[in-house]
Amino acid sequence: MADDKKSGGMSQLSEQVQASQAWSSIFRPGSIFRKGYSDSPRNRSYVIMNSVLYHLHPVKVKRHAVKVSYTLCLGGLSFFLFIHLTVTGIFLMFFYRPTAAQAWNDIQTLQTAVGFGLLVRNMHRWAAHLMVLSVFLHMARVFYHGAYKPPREFNWVIGVMLLQFTLLLSFTGYLLPWDQLALWAVTVGTNMMGFTPVFGEQVRFVLLGGVEIGTDTLLRWYTLHVLMLPFVLVIFLAIHFWRVRKDGGISGPL
Amino acid sequence: MTEIPEHLRKRAEAAKAKAQAAAGGDTPAGDAPSADSPAGTAPAGDEKIPSHLLDRGTAAADMPATPAGVPAVPVGGSGPDGHNQRLLTVVKSGSIQDTRATPVDKVHVWPHLLVAEFLAALAVTLFTLLFSIFVNAPLLELADFNKTPNPSKAPWYFLGLQELLTMFHPMVAGVTIPGIGLFLLIMAPYIDKNPSKRPEDRKFAISLMTVHLMFWAVLVMIGSFFRGPGFNFVFPWNAGLFFEL
Repeated sequence: MADDKKSGGMSQLSEQVQASQAWSSIFRPGSIFRKGYSDSPRNRSYVIMNSVLYHLHPVKVKRHAVKVSYTLCLGGLSFFLFIHLTVTGIFLMFFYRPTAAQAWNDIQTLQTAVGFGLLVRNMHRWAAHLMVLSVFLHMARVFYHGAYKPPREFNWVIGVMLLQFTLLLSFTGYLLPWDQLALWAVTVGTNMMGFTPVFGEQVRFVLLGGVEIGTDTLLRWYTLHVLMLPFVLVIFLAIHFWRVRKDGGISGPL
Repeated sequence: MTEIPEHLRKRAEAAKAKAQAAAGGDTPAGDAPSADSPAGTAPAGDEKIPSHLLDRGTAAADMPATPAGVPAVPVGGSGPDGHNQRLLTVVKSGSIQDTRATPVDKVHVWPHLLVAEFLAALAVTLFTLLFSIFVNAPLLELADFNKTPNPSKAPWYFLGLQELLTMFHPMVAGVTIPGIGLFLLIMAPYIDKNPSKRPEDRKFAISLMTVHLMFWAVLVMIGSFFRGPGFNFVFPWNAGLFFEL
């Protein structure tokens, strides 16, 4: 009896909530959250059409396009790893100051004194390596399927740019812990870039924010890592996804 | 004149015979038309088309197909119930309509694609979570400019480049080769003019890519696992591993 009454109260409450102005202002007309979901072709379309997912996916795709054995989910996973890295990265930003005097100590404190600090830092690092790998494999997959051929030539160009931004994001993040591994890996990397013909010295100076690695480099790479490169990457991602749809969905079977 | 597809012709014949049966022979529907129909409208032999319709049809077929408004139907040839219709031609789909979009087999993104994506994301999250529980990210001692570790290595994805440094001048290894490589990679769709996507038609492109990927992978492997102090070649099973992720 009591249970019955309770569930009756609950359904009444949910009816009230769904009839409220706030609710209907949040969910668009036709949204499955307004009238409940039952499995029908119409509702299947509404799930996409009346939600933000419509920016990413069309209502229907070719049957071939949902075959996991064709895409191996690599592009989607690269994007998901980017989101994953953004979420864990924002967590890390709360506990990190990008100066030579504080950076390493902050990481040390994060790992030992902050709840889940070590775990989240681990996840950030492993997901980053995984993202480099998955973006790379995605590129190989697209090449072997010949999916860069017309009309998708330009999306391939965008994709190669995204690969480079991924590498740059990973490389700029490499310096931030300010330990021996970070310092000397970046020394090797930037020394290499210093050999750019004609304006090599200038390239190196701009990258380091000085003649050698120091606090200025750390601040510079931190800003690149948490703000500028993700910003640029998101713009290119938007173009990449938009082009996938405008070029007629993912490429067909071989 | 376009060939009339077989099924359409049969359908038209059947309809004509039916109309004839209903109008010409005053028989109630359902009776066999051949038995009771008058001799004038009965087709000769086994022909199902009434002879006067057949005559009209052949007359129309013999007429030159002029577009300049010649009445296609002979005057006075009004059919049953005042209908005056005749199959002139069948316009095949695609001859004047722009049927560029051939029908494709499609499925709803929800649930077919979204479920797969969600499961993949879940699996990767689970993997990174479990891996992070058991394996810690490296944090070596504080950065020290006076203590150069031996060997000093770049991140793993740059170790192929660092490996090239042992063979070439730094400008070649660090700038020229990766620069040309990236340029060619970007230009791939404009260089590869072969329109086919089938693997058997693209043997050259596939082998070229595979050779380069393998070459690169081997360089990264050597740089990662087979380079010890002084970036000299070592075997990891003898000298140990000089590699941090």
